[in-house]
Amino acid sequence: MNVKQSLLMALKSMKTSKMRSFLTMLGIVIGVASVIILISIMNGLSDQITSNLKNAGTDNITVNVFGRGGNRSFQYDDMERVVAENPTFFTSFSPNVNASVTVKNGTKSVSTSVRGTNEYYQDIQSVEVEAGRFLEFVDVERLQKVCVIGSYIAEELFDGSVYEDSTVKINGSTYAVVGVLKETAKSEEASADDIVYIPYSTATRLSGNSNIGNWVVKAADVSNIDAAITELRDKLYLVYGDSSSYRVSSMSQLIETLNEITSSISMVLVGIAGISLVVGGIGIMNIMLVSVTERTREIGIRKALGARRRAILSQFIIEAATTSAAGGIIGIILGIVLALVAGSLLDMAVKPSINAVLIAFGVSVAIGMVFGYFPAGKAAKLHPIDALRYE
Amino acid sequence: MIQLIDIYKIYPMGDEEVHALDGISLDIKEREFVAIIGQSGSGKSTCMNIIGCLDVPTSGSYLLNGQDVSAMSDDQQAHFRNKTVGFVFQQYNLIQKLTAYENVELPLIYRGVHERDRREVVMEALEKVGIADKHKNLPNQLSGGQQQRVSIARALAGKPSLILADEPTGALDSRTGAEMLDFLQQLNGEGHTLVLITHDMNVASRAKRVVSLSDGRIVEDKEVRH
Ligand SMILES: Nc1ncnc2c1ncn2[C@@H]1O[C@H](COP(=O)(O)OP(=O)(O)OP(=O)(O)O)[C@@H](O)[C@H]1O
Ligand SMILES: [Mg+2]
Repeated sequence: MNVKQSLLMALKSMKTSKMRSFLTMLGIVIGVASVIILISIMNGLSDQITSNLKNAGTDNITVNVFGRGGNRSFQYDDMERVVAENPTFFTSFSPNVNASVTVKNGTKSVSTSVRGTNEYYQDIQSVEVEAGRFLEFVDVERLQKVCVIGSYIAEELFDGSVYEDSTVKINGSTYAVVGVLKETAKSEEASADDIVYIPYSTATRLSGNSNIGNWVVKAADVSNIDAAITELRDKLYLVYGDSSSYRVSSMSQLIETLNEITSSISMVLVGIAGISLVVGGIGIMNIMLVSVTERTREIGIRKALGARRRAILSQFIIEAATTSAAGGIIGIILGIVLALVAGSLLDMAVKPSINAVLIAFGVSVAIGMVFGYFPAGKAAKLHPIDALRYE
Repeated sequence: MIQLIDIYKIYPMGDEEVHALDGISLDIKEREFVAIIGQSGSGKSTCMNIIGCLDVPTSGSYLLNGQDVSAMSDDQQAHFRNKTVGFVFQQYNLIQKLTAYENVELPLIYRGVHERDRREVVMEALEKVGIADKHKNLPNQLSGGQQQRVSIARALAGKPSLILADEPTGALDSRTGAEMLDFLQQLNGEGHTLVLITHDMNVASRAKRVVSLSDGRIVEDKEVRH
């Protein structure tokens, strides 16, 4: 008995008993569909996170300093020297001095955060200026009271019309507005547009703390970013003598870690969904056992006509595999459709992967074969006369 | 061709034993037409099942073309049934899900005949029994006589040298039954060995040799002159 013949026979018996075949497949359908949905959602999620993080620049190294380091701390000059001495690792850097402030224009006022940076920050973080200019070297060098405001601030304080001589009061001191940033996040409160940039030197004075706790350093070569990070850590260790006083990390490391986390979460979820595949397999085994009993006489006739054990065995295994493969295909289609529906309802990026589809199909065929083997073996071992006499 | 030597078939029934066959010795030569006759329960079907390798005797030996059947594996016996034996059962034993055509095709599939070559053989066999026009019908769309024709076509399709027919006319009216017997007799004329099981002396009288069974023993074995 060849494979094609068994396959046709299996499809035929599926067609004649649709309800039973569907119920048999249901476990596989649910299992495969949930695996596909989970993988699609996790894939979409991790793509979204990765692309968000990539926008923030994969060549950026973030340095956080927590320790006060006794009598000495890592200052602007120290960072400047490290960057200048290692042109193969670093191209530029900027401090990030953050503070919460109140910004006023006449009677209008908003609470926002200021960020003190130097002139390189614009390039490092790809900040785009809508009107005017970003901070410049002289502003930083001379502790100028100038600021570049985000579109949300421009909207709130100036109704969008900022002039060359516009000024704001930050915590009471007057700052000249030299630039307005391009809108990046619909000018909403607490978004990336709700920010004011001032020279870092001015900012340390404003916050009354001369220690810089946060830096961003641009790596010269992303592929060499690990060595660059090591270099920075070595330099920081020389100052603080304690590796827990600072943290140096990069966006690409972060992406890597996040990808590891999302992939292990999806492994767990898929594993759980996989349990229903096993349950589905047991359902198939159950129905196949019933079917072998029901068709004992048929098996007897086939044996009387000269079917060998292998022929009967393969007939039932192929039947089980066909059933679960059909369940797998339905599950794949259902899973993709549901994932896309869920994605559009929840406004999430979903990404069904061809690999997941292929694996799901392969696994469902394999489950049919594994769980079909026992009933098929039972059928193959029947004695012809016993099977023929069976009523 | 067939040599049964002191065959016993014993079924345990509670404390007792049923001797379905109680020491049977029988020789059947190629091209013979043998009728096995006896009352219900005399062991005819049991005997046929053993001859057809569907069942194994409790003791005794069965030589098939000189070869001991008890030494053959399951698959070798399956091979033998497939190549050499054509069964015609009282209850037809057609597979209900398969059409007449597909039923007749089965022995050829198990023999490994290619799809192209099967078609011709199957249609030829169906034509021979006069039912080619119904080859797409399922068994339950056929009358009893038509089903028995299909089962004879199935027995024929593999061109077996031995045809075993167990009460082939049992479920048919006498005219249809006679037609079936004509077929079988014709096949014997064409060179197939024919073993016909019946409890009807009229049917048995068509055979060249009649073996009478009673309580699992042979009580008479005679040539019939026509
Ligand atoms: N599987 C079995 N278990 C127990 N006893 C059996 C079994 N098969 C047959 N027998 C017994 O063996 C004896 C012979 O049975 P067999 O079927 O060969 O009779 P038969 O001559 O074909 O009868 P009939 O003309 O009614 O078909 C009977 O007494 C029957 O009860
Ligand atoms: Mg009988």
